[in-house]
Amino acid sequence: MFNIAITGEFAAFFVFSAIMIGGAVLMISLDKVVHMVISMAAVFLGLAGMFVLLEAEFVAFVQVLIYAGAVSILMIFGIMMTKHQAVEREPAKPLHETLAAVGALCLFGVLFFAIRTTTFPEPQPFQPGEDNTMAIGELLYTGYVIPFELLSVLLTVAFIGAIVLAKKEADE
Amino acid sequence: MLPSYLTMAAILFCIGLYGALVKRNAVVVLLSLELMLNAVNLNLVAFSKYGVVPSLTGQIFSLFTITVAAAEAAIGVAILIALFRLRGTVNVDEFDKMRR
Repeated sequence: MFNIAITGEFAAFFVFSAIMIGGAVLMISLDKVVHMVISMAAVFLGLAGMFVLLEAEFVAFVQVLIYAGAVSILMIFGIMMTKHQAVEREPAKPLHETLAAVGALCLFGVLFFAIRTTTFPEPQPFQPGEDNTMAIGELLYTGYVIPFELLSVLLTVAFIGAIVLAKKEADE
Repeated sequence: MLPSYLTMAAILFCIGLYGALVKRNAVVVLLSLELMLNAVNLNLVAFSKYGVVPSLTGQIFSLFTITVAAAEAAIGVAILIALFRLRGTVNVDEFDKMRR
């Protein structure tokens, strides 16, 4: 069941998964909201390392830029704009928390059982191309050009909407 | 290696789900959502290398997911700031006006 050969990839996978699980558990258990954002940044960086292991260098770089850079900073701005020194108080509803924990554990149990009992067919060798970024760029501008353009429209609408929502009212 | 990556993604997803259900601060709920989206990204990229027919399509899909997640984070923080101006709090269990 756990017959995993100890290779370089497995060692790196182990290190990155330790970083990610540690960051995620810290995110759940820390008190101050700013510390939670910092531990989430550790999770994002670990995930970027895992993308490098999976030969997805461009996605790894985008992950560092957008998640570890932009989203973390955005969340810190959100904290600064709402409540400085925000601290999670003790949960007022232990029943609610227990139910959520049981539900999440059940979901994990089902997923783990499904993953471990499935026999995955042997994959064909993966050809990432000699230049991952160029291959992704060519695919984006040939086969996926319509979703790509739709995404740019979505981003424009979303950011204009965000500015309008967060703008201070003029008559205040 | 594929089951290891899938298990890792399942762990991340379940931690994110627990955080989104339990945490009271809305910024942390948004962060937990990002954690769940990241777990899905890990699945996509893992299958793009170890799937039956490996191709770059999984990586393209994960790029799209990252873009939509960035838009969602921006909108979420903007709505939070507007709500904070209106109600003076960011605790999700105090936004219960429609329940009463």
